[in-house]
Amino acid sequence: MASDPANGTRRANLQPLSLYVPEPKFRPGDAVDFTEIDLPGAGETRRPDTADPADTFTDLAYQLVRVLDDENQAVGPWNPRLAPDTLRAMLRSMALVRAFDERMFRAQRQGKTSFYMKCTGEEAVAVSAAYALDYEDMCFPSYRQQGLLIARGWSMVDMMNQIYSNTADRLQGKQLPIMYSVKEAGFFSISGNLATQYPQAVGWAMASAAKGDTRIAATWCGEGSTAEGDFHSACTFASVYRAPVIFNVVNNQWAISSFSGFAGAESTTFAARAVGYGIAGLRIDGNDALAVYAATAWAAERARTNQGPTLIEHFTYRAEGHSTSDDPGQYRSEGEPNAWPLGDPIKRLKDHLIAIGEWDEERHAAQDKELAEEVKRAQKEAEQNGILGHGLHQPLDTLFDGVFEEMPWHLREQQAQMVAEETASGRPWARK
Amino acid sequence: MTDTTIDVQAAGPQAEPSTRMNMIQAINSAMDVMMERDPDVIVMGEDVGYFGGVFRATAGLQAKHGKRRVFDTPITECGIIGVAVGMGAYGLRPVPEIQFADYIYPALDQLVSEAARLRYRSAGEFISPITVRSPFGGGIFGGQTHSQSPEGIFTHVSGIKTVIPSTPYDAKGLLIAAIEDNDPTIFFEPKRIYNGPFDGHWDRPAQNWSKHPAGDVPTGYYKIALGKAKIVRPGEALTVLAYGTMVHVAAAVIAEAGVDAEIIDLRTLVPLDIETIEASVKKTGRCMIVHEATRTSGFGAELSAIVQERCFYHLEAPIERVTGFDTPYPHSLEWAYFPGPVRIGEALKKVMRT
Repeated sequence: MASDPANGTRRANLQPLSLYVPEPKFRPGDAVDFTEIDLPGAGETRRPDTADPADTFTDLAYQLVRVLDDENQAVGPWNPRLAPDTLRAMLRSMALVRAFDERMFRAQRQGKTSFYMKCTGEEAVAVSAAYALDYEDMCFPSYRQQGLLIARGWSMVDMMNQIYSNTADRLQGKQLPIMYSVKEAGFFSISGNLATQYPQAVGWAMASAAKGDTRIAATWCGEGSTAEGDFHSACTFASVYRAPVIFNVVNNQWAISSFSGFAGAESTTFAARAVGYGIAGLRIDGNDALAVYAATAWAAERARTNQGPTLIEHFTYRAEGHSTSDDPGQYRSEGEPNAWPLGDPIKRLKDHLIAIGEWDEERHAAQDKELAEEVKRAQKEAEQNGILGHGLHQPLDTLFDGVFEEMPWHLREQQAQMVAEETASGRPWARK
Repeated sequence: MTDTTIDVQAAGPQAEPSTRMNMIQAINSAMDVMMERDPDVIVMGEDVGYFGGVFRATAGLQAKHGKRRVFDTPITECGIIGVAVGMGAYGLRPVPEIQFADYIYPALDQLVSEAARLRYRSAGEFISPITVRSPFGGGIFGGQTHSQSPEGIFTHVSGIKTVIPSTPYDAKGLLIAAIEDNDPTIFFEPKRIYNGPFDGHWDRPAQNWSKHPAGDVPTGYYKIALGKAKIVRPGEALTVLAYGTMVHVAAAVIAEAGVDAEIIDLRTLVPLDIETIEASVKKTGRCMIVHEATRTSGFGAELSAIVQERCFYHLEAPIERVTGFDTPYPHSLEWAYFPGPVRIGEALKKVMRT
């Protein structure tokens, strides 16, 4: 029998309570209209001095730092005034990330690996940050910042080896594809658990400060992950100890199928989270490579001068599925990516370079072709080391390596048992 | 690092100066010694700084080593461990305190999914050389949120070591070994015996460590290898496996019953000293396991399974498990919950009967 816990407790003279459950504006089949999104014009948002106390510019958490205007010009106080060579390098890195994503997505579809995650539409978030940070600064990324590695010039072959879990995989086949770890490139081991990297970045930054080091830390998570306790623990710690860390919240509107409203976006901005913690907060156009660069450089300067942490909300859009295991057509309107009012970050930077006479469509097309070839060559080279689709590439007994620094008896025993069983089974997994 | 491990007591009389310490002082001394030896060791946690910790385990450390190395933290266990993992990745050797083991649950994700897995998932690029100290266990009228023994949660996790001392001497040597270890270690401190050993009779006068041999603690550096149990009392009739407070309670019951039991203090649960356990049970043919934690899926279940797997044909009686009940730790009925002399005595009769 169904029970009614409120039976007998409802008061007839009071209005019944009502539970609110957020709902995104558009579902599959809906026409998309983003005109409700409030977009300040490029150049309109003020740029405080990096030495200013965080409580003197809380308004920035509710605005939108934009540099590239509708005429593709870089305008306003946040214009980082980058040299054309730097702009072209950033453009090239972003285009390379996209070419890499497309190739690896296809590789997964071809059965060459188990899993892949693209960052289409969000290339500026990671690439521009990599250009604005020092190479020695430590990055604690989530799973969609492959742009950091690409922009830092890390080997695509090495990344692909990891994606293929092949014989040259630096992670020895122990991690899900794209969960890179590259200490040499200042890129922390990616976790599949969300926002755990946030307090870790703070701890790294605190250690750097405690040691009188000059390196700072930066970390990234999605807007959905800001709901995790780790995010709030990190903000508290960073605020308390004024840690030299940059918090990046990549607000790409979707956490798998949950729109940003389930992380609180209907009530406030994600940059506004900073206000409650008394740390610097910026809300920026995440599809504007120059805004991302400028905000990161500004936050880095604050960190380097012991002004403490900065939280940057990158307002952007996840143009494709969450991962190769996702089909966004099941839960959001197909029209959303093209209707996104902040456009495509690569196209916007390209158009800017063309507008200032430093680039043209022909060179861009040629570069795209060249990058596609470069990725293809890397893929070919990586596949020489094997692909996951062709079976396992690590010696069986390495399964037990790295649980502890020294293998205790119980693992040695399990290892010996496994090797004996597999050998007896005749399965073709013999040690390579 | 285990190659340089020495056990001062096992090695006999030492020239090393020693003094009387209770377990708190010994733990304090371990951190002090390590902070002097290694500038990368830092101590943090709720109330551990100026005040010196609610149990005084960090008293004086901030004044001596400075507040950049010994500091208070916000009340977020998730943050404390997450920050420690990041500091470890930087190259420090953090010793975070979780004020009570009962408070450790908000940090579980950072411990289980991060600290324990970092070496494996990064193929050794990053490690978590952190030592999480936390008082655990009951017997102090702490109620259900200041009495729990959650060691079984951590022994179930691959990549974490779990250490539980039972004396001041062991506490210092084991803590130093844990701090020097490059893997994450949970160091549970049996708070009932911080100030003195406990025979399980709550209504008898409290003892202190001043007359106990293991209350004599070297003032300098020494360590006790992780993964090595200690035979507290050699015997032929029965093997008793225990750790922490229950080592003393079991020993008192055994002494009163006049049974020639071999009492093994496990000291480290993971990695377990299987050789000592196996040799003992094969010799005695009987085994009783005593822990304060809840019974189902407790560490005693693992011990029981291991002993059965390895010593089945030597066993002369079913293995006995003496544990806390599968209930929350009650406040007023604490001594009905606690696996004290009555419950241990009954189990002793059963295991010796056949």
